[in-house]
Amino acid sequence: MSKPLVVFDKVQKHFGNFIAVKELDFEIREGEFLAIMGPSGCGKTTTLRMLAGLEAPSIGEIRLNGKVMNNVAPHERDTPLVWQSLALFPFLTARENVEFGLKMRGVDKAERKERALKWLEKMGILEFADRDISTLSGGQKQRVALARSLVMEPQILLLDEPLSALDAHLVIRMQAVLTDLQRELGITFVYVTHSQSEAFAMADRVVIMGEGRIAQIGSPKDIYREPANQFVAEFVGRNNILSGTVSSLTKSTAEITTPSGTFSVPMNEVALSEGQNASFVISADLVHISMDEPKGENTAHCKLISEEFVGSMVTLFLEDAQGHEFKVQMQERELSKFDLKGGDEIWLSWDTQSAHVLDEH
Amino acid sequence: MNANRTLNVILGIYVALIFAFVFAPIIFSMIFSFNSQRFPTIPLGSFTTEWYAKILADPDIWEAALNSLIVSCSTAVIATFLGFCTAYSDYRYNFRFKGPYLALILLPPTIPLIIMALAMLAWFSKIGMSGQIYSIIIAHSVLTAPFAMAVIRLRLNQMDPDLESAAWNLGGSEWATMRHVIIPFCKPAIFSGLFLTAAVSFDEFAVSWFVSGLNKTLPVIILEIVQGNIDPQVNAIGTFVFLISMTLVVLAQIFFASRQMKSIRP
Repeated sequence: MSKPLVVFDKVQKHFGNFIAVKELDFEIREGEFLAIMGPSGCGKTTTLRMLAGLEAPSIGEIRLNGKVMNNVAPHERDTPLVWQSLALFPFLTARENVEFGLKMRGVDKAERKERALKWLEKMGILEFADRDISTLSGGQKQRVALARSLVMEPQILLLDEPLSALDAHLVIRMQAVLTDLQRELGITFVYVTHSQSEAFAMADRVVIMGEGRIAQIGSPKDIYREPANQFVAEFVGRNNILSGTVSSLTKSTAEITTPSGTFSVPMNEVALSEGQNASFVISADLVHISMDEPKGENTAHCKLISEEFVGSMVTLFLEDAQGHEFKVQMQERELSKFDLKGGDEIWLSWDTQSAHVLDEH
Repeated sequence: MNANRTLNVILGIYVALIFAFVFAPIIFSMIFSFNSQRFPTIPLGSFTTEWYAKILADPDIWEAALNSLIVSCSTAVIATFLGFCTAYSDYRYNFRFKGPYLALILLPPTIPLIIMALAMLAWFSKIGMSGQIYSIIIAHSVLTAPFAMAVIRLRLNQMDPDLESAAWNLGGSEWATMRHVIIPFCKPAIFSGLFLTAAVSFDEFAVSWFVSGLNKTLPVIILEIVQGNIDPQVNAIGTFVFLISMTLVVLAQIFFASRQMKSIRP
């Protein structure tokens, strides 16, 4: 585990009576690709702006390389940000935009030009160096914005939803550009997004924020398979969430009785006792379907409501007799064996080990 | 299609009529400035440049023209600077009483000029500053700053709110950001403001007449000539003043339009 580059020490941010960030207490490690993800208004952008010095924490400390940054002016920090709006200077050419930070830092003209051109070349837009910003396409502007920040050769790069204005196919391409750059340069990326696919595709670790707090920090896989609580489970989506009471306990499993039936779940770090309320999730892609009642435990009889195609993956939306919604995700070619249509009744089943108990706190 | 064409013709005539209504007096004044007859009557006499020769030979008019030039140039610079500062303070900061603050700044052009002129005269005499050329410059700056502010404010409103923060983020101090981002971004509006305030100041009569004392500007000298007798020289000066103001306004408009056409956001 590498050493922490940035430490958020019990940080809060208040705007008058509104508390944007309630308590942040986490570290950003050197050289990692960290994504901060959450619904709008969760405080993720405020967190990033505090790191760039555009907002000062109301309570707590932010330390960069061990140095308290609370009162350091934005222009005295080395934390370039790639803006959601890109915020390119419209009266400058692409190259002048890239040179801007170096000019502010007093780098002489010849070196400025050389470094700017080097980065424009690296981003594959050298031919547009002397073009006006307004004549560039969305993807090209995006690359200018990246070059403008990276030319500063920072230790840490902040990105605020930089791909949200791009077309879907460009997003995928830019994701690859970003991950390659991060690996190659070895600098820390802090990437704020509301898009799960962007965060999970690129990040080493993901911070899920909700209502000004951290809901979970972990690798994309941890967060997807083992959401810590109901908020994360719902936010990550494509999860089946069931709630009930603990009816019996063994050493390694627990039985949870829900309106949809009794299911067994593996024990994890969440302490369970008999009679208490508990919720658990099963990822939609870990649920199997069959026409006949399967043997064993963890089954549900459902009616197909609708299906949704995304590429080769299909998500089925189903409902059991109690009206509880289930989701099943599978390959389209697998599904085609079943020849299903709306209203058909089928059986769902899953392994006990696929279930994951949520921490209610 | 046909109905559309008819409509276009009607609209065209309508616009032409409006232009005729606005510019006819000025065009007549121009025509009579080249007319040999003393009185502006039809039929016209012969073509002459006598009136122009006369005003060119008159040292009073030269002095007035010089005064007007000094006043309008100084006013343009001061008023545009003030206008820029207020527009930027409005863009950048939120504070209590911002509404009244803006209202107060925008107030001068809404006050009847004659009242404004009297008040200026009374005030300047009280503090011993009346009758100087700088009195006119101060009065005109107050009067025209809101025009500059309005134009620059429009421009600032088109600016991506992240642009300034982006400059700080890249290591620009507040002053460096002002110099390298805000002012370049506002440049077309600043030029537009300069020309607009110069034009308003160049034309302004009432305030100049009250506070100028012996330092007459062109509009003031026009009145003096007209008061004395009917003299076609007025037409010649009028034509000259009109052409200068018009040029300034057109320049202001060109700068104003050029930034509208350029795509604003990156």
